[in-house]
Amino acid sequence: MDAASGPVIALVGNPNVGKSTLFNALTHLNQHTGNWPGKTVEVARGRYLYQGGTYTLVDLPGTYSLHPGSAEEEVTRDYLLSGEADVTLVVVDATCLERNLALVLQVTAAAWPVVVCVNLLDEAARKHIQVDLGKLQALLGCPVTGAAARSGRGLSQLQALLAETIAAPPPPLPSDPPAAGLCPCRQAAVLAARAQEIAAQAVTADEETAHRLDRRLDRVLTSRKGGIPVMLLLLAGILWLTMAGANVPSALLSDLLFGLREPLRQLLEGMGAPWWAVGALVDGVYQTTAWVVSVMLPPMAIFFPLFTLLEDAGYLPRVAFNMDHFFHRAGAHGRQALTMCMGLGCNACGVMGCRIIQSPRERLIAILTNAFMPCNGRFPTLIALISLFFTAGTGLWRSLWSALLLMGCIVLAVAMTLWSSRLLSATVLKGLPSAFSLELPPYRFPRLGQVLVRSVLDRTLFVLGRAVTVAAPAGLIIWVAANVTIGEQSILLHLAGLLEGPGRLLGMDGVILLAFFLGFPANEIVVPCILMGYLSAGTLVGYEGLPQLHAILTANGWTAATALSVLVFTLFHFPCGTTCLTIWRETRSLRWTALAIVLPLAVGVILCSAIHWMSVLLPV
Amino acid sequence: MENTTLDHLPTGRKATVSRLLAPQGEQLRLMELGFIPGRTVSALQAAPWGDPVAYAVCGAVIALRRDDASRILIH
Repeated sequence: MDAASGPVIALVGNPNVGKSTLFNALTHLNQHTGNWPGKTVEVARGRYLYQGGTYTLVDLPGTYSLHPGSAEEEVTRDYLLSGEADVTLVVVDATCLERNLALVLQVTAAAWPVVVCVNLLDEAARKHIQVDLGKLQALLGCPVTGAAARSGRGLSQLQALLAETIAAPPPPLPSDPPAAGLCPCRQAAVLAARAQEIAAQAVTADEETAHRLDRRLDRVLTSRKGGIPVMLLLLAGILWLTMAGANVPSALLSDLLFGLREPLRQLLEGMGAPWWAVGALVDGVYQTTAWVVSVMLPPMAIFFPLFTLLEDAGYLPRVAFNMDHFFHRAGAHGRQALTMCMGLGCNACGVMGCRIIQSPRERLIAILTNAFMPCNGRFPTLIALISLFFTAGTGLWRSLWSALLLMGCIVLAVAMTLWSSRLLSATVLKGLPSAFSLELPPYRFPRLGQVLVRSVLDRTLFVLGRAVTVAAPAGLIIWVAANVTIGEQSILLHLAGLLEGPGRLLGMDGVILLAFFLGFPANEIVVPCILMGYLSAGTLVGYEGLPQLHAILTANGWTAATALSVLVFTLFHFPCGTTCLTIWRETRSLRWTALAIVLPLAVGVILCSAIHWMSVLLPV
Repeated sequence: MENTTLDHLPTGRKATVSRLLAPQGEQLRLMELGFIPGRTVSALQAAPWGDPVAYAVCGAVIALRRDDASRILIH
């Protein structure tokens, strides 16, 4: 322990027992939580104050045991054995106490002192499961307290108990670990028997009625006939709400931000700024940032909160369950579906999330194919393209149709993920499927208010953060490239000229292809790059907001086929810079990183060439 | 029910785990998840294409593919 950080408390427990929720509640930090096992893949640290003292909390990845098995289990075991923690807090799930107790017994043999926190007592009460905390404490021989971390109940008692235990540790248990010296399997059996014995005395429940609601929901959400249709309906519903709901705020933001552009220009000119400074700031930095904010923010601030509600309710593992058949046939792991869901938010996060897959072969497949899922930075581009070029009808039909098209994009992305996973496991990543297990956690009623507020805020901050750190500097660089001329033409158009040939073969043009390359640091800036490329040719006046975008693009030769190619290439090209770096960090191999770049690019090139030739041969 | 493997347990039925046939590493994982000899396990429901199957064991719900379930002997 050092003076500044105070005593260290290690947080241990089975996956999905609410460790991260407890961590957040105590530290007021915002570690992402979700109702599915394996959400925490990294060790998080945070601090809290209690009665004038500082305490450091270390959130370890969820683990079923301390036997060396997977990377997470090793992280947890090594940390506990390192002895840094002054006390180990084992969080257990009141609704599934027996299996959790096996871990408690292992931890008490490896680390001391130990405090047990029986979490999810609210959920247990709803299921008529009673846990006798006093009896549990007597049977385990270490301090036990109860909590419902989601609603904040029991936290102060827990803090008091931790402080007390650190100040005056209870005497260690008699050094007679019941299973020492046995082979791991025998050991596990002995511990499990002891856990069963303790649970039988401390828990009263009626197994039949306790989980009735969960079973009923599962009979609908994962059934043979209904599972997949319900999944598609939920996805379509979320996408529809996103498309229909984002229209108005997008237009408002666009009007507001682009309405401020000219006053800003006049202000700068009035201050006597030279033309190039005004241009770089207004047409470069401001315009690109305004684009990213007005186009990216509304859909992301609607889609992700809704998605988070499903995640919080515990639906995502059911998606993995429903989809596992396809992954099995592709030689991949069913948990890849979970990493793909993370990829929807950010591919770099998705790649890191692949740690929940233990088999190295199947994990590599999931890493190499994660960029097939459209992330936060590409999703709104898809939405913009669909609403500009592929809408039909008016009002409700219009938004429903757009949502269906967007769903088509996602289904295509999933199909290509499966296809390329299969390709990988038939070629460079040959092997037998590893053992597969997936825990389907109990459904939890999502914390509507908290999830919505938190998630909207998070996404807003995320998009605004990206706008400032990525879009603003990129806007500056692109403006310079578009306005510094060599010979007759700007640098930007010189570069676009070089790419004109390959761009045409892909059904696009040099400017578009260049924009994808310039978007390597961040996919958000692809469309603003295209715009600046076209505008720098000087044939059109400045960009005035979304409605004018269609006019600018068609004036530069865009047809429905061009838009389709851009749509497909947005889905399938090289992963962004951050994702590439993460892939390298996770695989430590340039070869795999290169393959992760080439694979989606090849798919994009093949599909776009096909679209191009079809549009040439079958003119509409 | 006579001796058989878990993948043959019809949905909605219960049985008792008798032995694990998997190699040691995997055996350990199955035991951690609650598939321990002597425990009651019930087959809840198969996924839309019949595989994997969700089992209730030790108060939790665990999905296993049929290949893996075939390594668990039940009676």
